[in-house]
Amino acid sequence: MIKLDNVGLRYGLGPEVLSDLSFEIGPKSFQFLTGPSGAGKTSLLRLMLLALKPTRGLVSLFGKEAAQITPAEMPSIRRRIGVVFQDFRLLDHLTTYENVALPLVVRGKEEVAYRTDVTDLLKWVGLGDRMHVLPPVLSGGEKQRAAIARALIDQPNVLLADEPTGNVDPPLARRLLRLFIELHRSGTSVVIATHDLGLMDQFNARRLVLNEGRLQIYD
Amino acid sequence: MTDGRDIAGEKRRGAAGPAKPVAPAAAKPEQPARYNLRSGRNIVPREGVAGQALGIVIAIMTFLACLTLGAVASVSDTAANWQRDISREVTIQLKPFDNVEMETALKQAQDLVASFEGVASVAIIDKADTADLLEPWLGTGIDIDELPVPRLLTVRIKDGATPDLEALRAALAAKVPGASLDDHRAWVDRLVTMAFTTIAIGASVLALVLTATVLIVVFATRGAMAGNRDIVEVLHFVGADSNFIAHEFQRHFLSLAFRGALAGGAGAAAIFIGLAVWAYLSRATPQGDQIAALFGGFTIGWLGYAGIAAIIGLIAMLVAATSRYTVLRHVGSLETYGRRRPE
Repeated sequence: MIKLDNVGLRYGLGPEVLSDLSFEIGPKSFQFLTGPSGAGKTSLLRLMLLALKPTRGLVSLFGKEAAQITPAEMPSIRRRIGVVFQDFRLLDHLTTYENVALPLVVRGKEEVAYRTDVTDLLKWVGLGDRMHVLPPVLSGGEKQRAAIARALIDQPNVLLADEPTGNVDPPLARRLLRLFIELHRSGTSVVIATHDLGLMDQFNARRLVLNEGRLQIYD
Repeated sequence: MTDGRDIAGEKRRGAAGPAKPVAPAAAKPEQPARYNLRSGRNIVPREGVAGQALGIVIAIMTFLACLTLGAVASVSDTAANWQRDISREVTIQLKPFDNVEMETALKQAQDLVASFEGVASVAIIDKADTADLLEPWLGTGIDIDELPVPRLLTVRIKDGATPDLEALRAALAAKVPGASLDDHRAWVDRLVTMAFTTIAIGASVLALVLTATVLIVVFATRGAMAGNRDIVEVLHFVGADSNFIAHEFQRHFLSLAFRGALAGGAGAAAIFIGLAVWAYLSRATPQGDQIAALFGGFTIGWLGYAGIAAIIGLIAMLVAATSRYTVLRHVGSLETYGRRRPE
């Protein structure tokens, strides 16, 4: 689904922050992306999201090389990737419900067509009674779950989550992990960037370990 | 915080999975009675401080631009009226001559002038009016017959007519001794120059004000847009195409700009209407006559109001276009791929 082939990345004229990365995120796969702070986890996620262009190497999404994707095709490619940002990126002027529905709104769907799905998903992530409040009054964990729900609402093929348990206590982190595992079982490929070893120990999955810009894979 | 609760429905959904959250008919989820969208269904938030400031800036700049436009239109109209009024009238002066009966000569001149094509009327200024004209210099109670005072005839030219004044001047000189014709050419020339200068200055001021308005509005719009960069990024990453994002912002800023520009333009129009009403109500007073002579009736005509409407439309469109351009440029900067066509 996402394939990187000999990818390198440098910012400006600085040293390479990512070097010789070659791996594939397969269909229905689950992997942790880990490494110390500053190892380049977020940069790698941004490469997979096509928010960054590698200095060298090839990135392919859904069987198509990224450089060959036309501007008109980009939005539909992005809609197949759900992303949970480290800082949530919820829109403060929209309610939790509206934030979660946003990916559907931008596709031009009528509210009547998605109301049930959004309501159901919000209940599923435990925000059933927080649907009509604004993000500034949500706790960190609630924001996290709202961001996850937004990433899932349009049933993406791939979910990229950047430190999705970084702002929550261990019990909630476990519950969020169960959520991702269930998502994976339902057929979505999941990439969770985290440096929480305790979290990774709870589920036996492929690990992509970044260290000093190089990647080691433990299947 | 709801962290203490179960992630509700996690088990209930079971194999259906989170990615297919369609509720079965038997367990229809509770529907909210009404979706109270704070934002009125707009993805772009209602005006914050920057948006309100932009609205005020637009209103003020539109007001100033419309005021300048109206003032230029009014001055230009008044200058044209001065010129038209003076060039529609010529004066004939008859100097007293020995052995020439003044009243006969006046009548002779009147008949001669009236026979010329393009002349609307010829009026002899009678002795009483002549005495009134001379009163500031000679005082009251003078006997015109005792003094060698020149007499005047005023000739009104028909609207749009251009009588042959040279031929009239020659005919008067030949047939009426002591008669001379003054077509106010020197005055008209000065007025034409003054009117042209006034209009040119007004047009320059209007051009400067419009340029300043455009620049201020463009920069204020970009400033207001800066606060919305996060929204643009989120929309981009959840899969919105650039036209959708640009359309949302363009619609929002068009509405904001139109309301601001309408307020400014309406304010300027109200001032011109108020001045015109005041001028109309005070037209019979000496003060009103003085002001009317200098500034006309403060009317800017339908062209002036059309100009105000055009400025309102121009500014609203300008703001909308600027917001669209800014959004597209920002989205373009986020788009690292997709700039090349497949080979």
